[in-house]
Amino acid sequence: MKKILILGAGTAGTIVANRLAHELSNGDWKITVVDQSEIHYYQPGFLFIPFGIYSRQDVQRPRRDYLPREVETIIAEIELIEPERNRVTLKNGRVLSYDYLIIATGARIAPEETPGLMEHEWRRSIFDFYTVDGACALQKRLRTWEGGRLVLNIAEMPIKCPVAPLEFLFLADWYFHEMGIRDRVELILATPLPGAFTRPRASAILGGLLEEKRIQVVPEFTLMEVDPDGKKIISYDGTEVEYDLLVSIPVNMGDAVIARSGMGNELNFVPTDKHTLKALHYDNVFVLGDAADLPASKAGSVAHFQADVFIENFLRYIDGLELKPTFDGHANCYIESGFGKGFLIDFNYDVEPLPGKFPLPGIGPFSLLQESRVNHWGKMLFRWMYWNILLKGKPLPITAQMQMAGKWN
Amino acid sequence: MATREIAGKIVHVNEEGFLTDPSEWNRDIAIELAKEEGIPELTPAHWKIIEFCRQDAGATGKAPTLRRISTMAGVSTKELFALFPKGPAKKVAKIAGLGKPEGCV
Repeated sequence: MKKILILGAGTAGTIVANRLAHELSNGDWKITVVDQSEIHYYQPGFLFIPFGIYSRQDVQRPRRDYLPREVETIIAEIELIEPERNRVTLKNGRVLSYDYLIIATGARIAPEETPGLMEHEWRRSIFDFYTVDGACALQKRLRTWEGGRLVLNIAEMPIKCPVAPLEFLFLADWYFHEMGIRDRVELILATPLPGAFTRPRASAILGGLLEEKRIQVVPEFTLMEVDPDGKKIISYDGTEVEYDLLVSIPVNMGDAVIARSGMGNELNFVPTDKHTLKALHYDNVFVLGDAADLPASKAGSVAHFQADVFIENFLRYIDGLELKPTFDGHANCYIESGFGKGFLIDFNYDVEPLPGKFPLPGIGPFSLLQESRVNHWGKMLFRWMYWNILLKGKPLPITAQMQMAGKWN
Repeated sequence: MATREIAGKIVHVNEEGFLTDPSEWNRDIAIELAKEEGIPELTPAHWKIIEFCRQDAGATGKAPTLRRISTMAGVSTKELFALFPKGPAKKVAKIAGLGKPEGCV
């Protein structure tokens, strides 16, 4: 019996566990998945918690409920991966061997990387919303906040979901309007990027929207340290931005086990072939989702498209066929723009987000790179789709590779 | 694709002025590009970084990110900003004739 070991049961790991259990149900394979916690978080939902749109209960479910019965699920921390020996050791001492390893250990925020960030003002005047605890703490703070300078800072790229900081600001603009204090709030985005987003065309449109909503941008700001008492952030070239409330997107890093195992780059992401998803240095190791060092967005949609491409390729590979270079970096992101509206963008490694209709060319119902109410409802419905369709590996009417039909240049 | 002349040589560049073929690069081109980026003179400290980036990109196929340069070349981020003000990773990549760093996705 051959063994497949999946490390991490987040979006990528869970989808792949379900798909593999379905495809390899003939009894020749044993599939094991390891994760460190019993709770699966719907991470895209964290964004809505600070504004009271979602609560903690809306974004968490028992992890085991989403994993197939045929798959052995182990809840434990991982101590070490030894790819030369085809084995993984858990913190509890148990050793797991494998024929094929799938690393899907994700990315996490690392506020400890920046001096001053996670000290005595952490979760007092400095918050994050990339963890459920951070998002809930911020919700509590915002409820009684009377206004001032709210600075949203991105410490360093890449980050999970590069549109989330913009969405946060759009929702904040809406929230403070509803609270009746928008005129007493300054909203500022301090980013290492030259503009609002990573891709020029979307950056221009989203940048226009920031201006319209009176959100200032401080571009090319690379965070060096936070002065928690002076309430300012300081960049490497000496620029200082003062705040009353700092919402930080700290440095994002891969899991510490990747570093302990000597398998990562300088941010603990695993060097991976960007078209086949095979680890560059190992022939029986694949890397899916945020754990890989790909030049694609770190986002659930990317993990989902990767899983589709991976399954087809993996089934070829175990039959002794070559891997096809089929992953194109496809990402598909809803962007909440506040006041019940949203955008949708669809892009890959080579093609910019373009305007058009999605997923049915010419029909939609979603509009690409354009603000609409339907796009907002798409995002809200997506939570249901995530729990009920996506994680279970059931088909969605979206192709894994990006399509050009229905788009215009 | 656009071409331009730098230091007496015709090279291919993209819309942001990054060389698209690293093999067309030479040290004279680096000196010219550095001037355009507001660095009047390339010191040994500059060259150390440029050479590290050329070497690293040769091995990985992409221009290194700021964190990668600082970790692997053993130069602090602060120093990198002093040498190549305002966006060192992007600036070195340009001067070293490499594509734009992919870290900004």
